[in-house]
Amino acid sequence: MRNFLIRLPHAHWLLKGLVVALLTVSVAGAAVIVRHWLTLDKDGLHDPTDQEIKLLQNPAEALSKLPPDEVGNQVNWVKALGEGYINPRTNIYPETKIRVLDKDILLRKTGEMPMVLFPHKQHTQWLDCSNCHEWLFKSKTGATKGLNMFAILQGEFCGRCHGAVAFPLTECNRCHSVPRTVSGAPAKAH
Amino acid sequence: MGLQLHRYRLHRYLLGGSMAFLVLLVSFPISAEYADVVLNKRSEKEGMRPVIFPHWFHRIRFRCKVCHSELGFKMRAGANDVLMSEIIDGQFCGMCHNGKIAWGPEHCNLCHSGKPGLKSGIHGGDSTQGPGRW
Repeated sequence: MRNFLIRLPHAHWLLKGLVVALLTVSVAGAAVIVRHWLTLDKDGLHDPTDQEIKLLQNPAEALSKLPPDEVGNQVNWVKALGEGYINPRTNIYPETKIRVLDKDILLRKTGEMPMVLFPHKQHTQWLDCSNCHEWLFKSKTGATKGLNMFAILQGEFCGRCHGAVAFPLTECNRCHSVPRTVSGAPAKAH
Repeated sequence: MGLQLHRYRLHRYLLGGSMAFLVLLVSFPISAEYADVVLNKRSEKEGMRPVIFPHWFHRIRFRCKVCHSELGFKMRAGANDVLMSEIIDGQFCGMCHNGKIAWGPEHCNLCHSGKPGLKSGIHGGDSTQGPGRW
């Protein structure tokens, strides 16, 4: 083997190439697949001297079984619900009306960013209409005043949940998902 | 000689690769779990440890609307002034933490499980630390 390598003048390049390729694959794979959650006794919040935290579920036990995401809880919650990985209760009171709306809203005034497509369906599967209407958002399209990224980054409007409990505000393209054509119309019909 | 040089370079590649891998692993969790809430407006003043509320655990079992619509929890950390007497009375957490749906309020340490001195608010972020107002 040694003689073979010495005799082949380009053997080291082959080796290098192999190593680089392997590393690229492993790093790219790690970014997608490897998920890691702290145990409760090491999460910086729970008191590790408390014996009873052993009775509590650790995040990895539950979250590792759910569809992956790169941010937040490292769980794609919309997919987890939509594809039946979880089936969380919709109500405690039997008389509560479960309201789900399947209606997309296109927000066009987004400056140079792609337009925002807001899907009511995914939101109303988790939330009730009253969680957002009429106090955070007006039902009438275009009637909500002061909706901009500065307010959202300060925890208003979408920022009530996004950046705190729903996927964080670093994920621009998940909301700003509709490219604009030269004429200003959406690039694809909605 | 040539082979030794190759080996040295190979070691460097492997060392660099494994270091990059470690940095990647370590950089994932900051602390806490995304959307964990610390409730300490009253706890420590009353001689109890702070409460840790894990959103991730609850949203597997309940949709947001159950607590934030039916039970009346406002969607802002710190905006809900909840008394233990109200919980024992069946309001807020006590709607489920009643020994029927979830453990009852007599299991103090399961909720009052936080490190002493924690500040109230929403914790844990893989990307953002939560909006400035928290």
